[in-house]
Amino acid sequence: MSEKLMVKGTEAIGESAIRAGCRHYFGYPITPQSELTEYMARRLPKIGGVFLQAESEVAVVNMLYGVSCVGKRVMTSTSSPGFSLMQEGISYMACAELPAVFVNVMRGGPGLGDIQPAQGDYFQATKGGGHGDYRMIVLAPSTLQEAVDLTYISFDIAEKYRNPVLILADGMIGQMMEPVEFPEFVDVEKLKEPDWILNGADGRDPRRITSFDIDPHNLEKIILHLMEKYRKAEENEKRWEDFMVDDAEYLFVAYGTMARILKTVVKLARKEGIKVGLIRPITLWPFPYERIEEMAERVGFILAVEMSTGQMVEDVRLAVKGKTEVLFYGRPGGVIPSPFEVLEVLKKYVKKVRV
Amino acid sequence: MKNAEKLKTVVFLKRPESLTDKEFTYCPGCHHGIVHRLVAEVIDELKIRERTILVAPVGCSVFAYEFFNVDGTVAPHGRAPAVATGMKRARPDLVVFTYQGDGDLAAIGTSEIIHAANRGERITVIFINNAVYGMTGGQMAPTTLIGMKTTTSPYGRDEKRDGYPIHIPEMLKEFKGVAFLARTTVSDPVEVIRTKNAIKKAFLAQINDLGLGLVEVLSACPTGWGMDPVEATRWVKEVFSKEYKTGVFVDKVK
Amino acid sequence: MERSVIVAGFGGQGVMFLGQVLSLAAMFEGKHVTWLPSYGPEMRGGTANCTVVISDDEVASPVVDKPMDIIVMNIPSLLKFEKIVKEGGYIFMNTSVIDKETQRKDVEVVKVEANKIAEEIGSSKIANMVMLGVYVAKTKVVKPESVFEAIRKKSKKEFIDMNIEAVKKGLEFLRS
Repeated sequence: MSEKLMVKGTEAIGESAIRAGCRHYFGYPITPQSELTEYMARRLPKIGGVFLQAESEVAVVNMLYGVSCVGKRVMTSTSSPGFSLMQEGISYMACAELPAVFVNVMRGGPGLGDIQPAQGDYFQATKGGGHGDYRMIVLAPSTLQEAVDLTYISFDIAEKYRNPVLILADGMIGQMMEPVEFPEFVDVEKLKEPDWILNGADGRDPRRITSFDIDPHNLEKIILHLMEKYRKAEENEKRWEDFMVDDAEYLFVAYGTMARILKTVVKLARKEGIKVGLIRPITLWPFPYERIEEMAERVGFILAVEMSTGQMVEDVRLAVKGKTEVLFYGRPGGVIPSPFEVLEVLKKYVKKVRV
Repeated sequence: MKNAEKLKTVVFLKRPESLTDKEFTYCPGCHHGIVHRLVAEVIDELKIRERTILVAPVGCSVFAYEFFNVDGTVAPHGRAPAVATGMKRARPDLVVFTYQGDGDLAAIGTSEIIHAANRGERITVIFINNAVYGMTGGQMAPTTLIGMKTTTSPYGRDEKRDGYPIHIPEMLKEFKGVAFLARTTVSDPVEVIRTKNAIKKAFLAQINDLGLGLVEVLSACPTGWGMDPVEATRWVKEVFSKEYKTGVFVDKVK
Repeated sequence: MERSVIVAGFGGQGVMFLGQVLSLAAMFEGKHVTWLPSYGPEMRGGTANCTVVISDDEVASPVVDKPMDIIVMNIPSLLKFEKIVKEGGYIFMNTSVIDKETQRKDVEVVKVEANKIAEEIGSSKIANMVMLGVYVAKTKVVKPESVFEAIRKKSKKEFIDMNIEAVKKGLEFLRS
């Protein structure tokens, strides 16, 4: 570990990707993540990397497809409307089993929306924003240090499962500054080239990377193979944080920026004698259903809080299986619920239960 | 001497190494097969097979990767130049070519081809223009001639509704990133040889680090046009190539 | 200890920079800190603000609805943020620009003619650093040495000395 540095979230993610051995970045400007694109534009040419500003997010995702085909670590970052444009390519990459890292710094939507922090892209991220049976592995940091750490391992995860990985952040993670420590540089020369890449049929049969099989029985086999991988990811990759849950009588579930704000609410509420805890899913897919189900058996209610009109709450309900009441509070459109605002909501529900 | 000549003849007729043993599955009279063979011969002659990557499109030639004996992938519809850009930027030592139809390149993929050309990507583009969407059943393409009947222009292409035939090389020739640009046909033996020479130059534009190379080949689609193969080939020569003038538009390879 | 401050002013008054220097100084002292900017169209000409939270423990929410302190550089910022200062908190006001009084009676108001002091050193552009000096002297949230170190790290070379001098003037201000 190196010394602490005060950096912006977008730059933290960019530098971490570089340290993880990513030398290829393709992007298109969009607020609130343009600083990441700019950071890569400054940094990559100086270390023998490739930076290219593409003509659109549609082109970006396909450039990633190309780089991934030839076996190099590659990433892009964008914000909500741009991420929508990438869905076609992500679906192709998932089927063709091409690893790559995507960053979506979410802003208010739908449509052009606004440029303030939001969490309205949860469905798109976790339920497949493109067509067909596939998943992205979705990592949701709530601090800049976690953004660094998750970005650093995201390339390994992408390669392990040969699948696109998404860092799902929001405008607040992207724009704020916080001290972070960066991990060591991965030696790019020592990264092993996978045995499936396209690098020329020299002394071997040609390799084909496609997302296509005209025979439905063959395509079914391909998809079942993907599902097999996803089951493994469900077994191995679920990550979450428990915060003051041991004696909790009530439970918050939230991710990313919202979860961070809720930690303050947990502390404020406990000062007023309300024993509330927080489970913060770190992987949004695979979602930590089991952990939330365990907690459901012990708490009076679960309050899911999101910077949206309620998307993750559906996964919470699936996890809870009716074992406790699942409540929701959210503010969409780039409005960030403040700690006292959520505290009032919590108190209102606690009062109802106690009466 | 006699034996050597005989041997040469045999070599000439041999299947190019850059084609697999798989028989073409294209319709009778379709020109994809001829163009495939020419591309394969050029790859053989340039001795680049072992480092060549094919980016196939969505369209009739979606199966091209089964016929070329090189590493390959299939890009999303229209996106082949972006996929090729990613490959070439990450591995400049590889030779990357896209093989695209008119729907793929001249409709859904116009943005990708224009910007790849403008950036002077070191890639080679084989562009098959047969005036229709073949694979989906002969619908109107941006290259369909005025008045031409297709399944989505059953009363003929009407310029007031559908606009005019798109001329890709005429459009791309202004881009400084383009190093070779030609339009050819394969409708007679002389044209076949011209096409092969053009394809070779389009690869040399890449290999010699000059810029993007593109060859548009006016091709027959007897099935889509409702013609027999001979009639279709004649139509390329007598009608199709009147709208789309053949020739070399840019040649920095020399 | 956890202390939060919102710094606000016109774009160009250096409020973001003020917040960043303060954050960096806190980091040098091994404290946990978050710097959260307002961003978007506001950054260009309109009002800009940032929230800094400095804490001995991990900072939970970087969003603060009741900051202990505000540092306001213009009237719109005063009007916007005076309402949310915690009871018993502080309003640091640049009275070179703000010719209004605050409505709040339950907070301590620190008035600084920051532009005037800054101009005496050479430029009204460093009024932000004068305010920072006053803020640090009053709250003791970080040590002056840490602020100087942060300035040396963050400033363009030619402005380091001027910025440090401005902070020093601010530090002295409360004594005079």
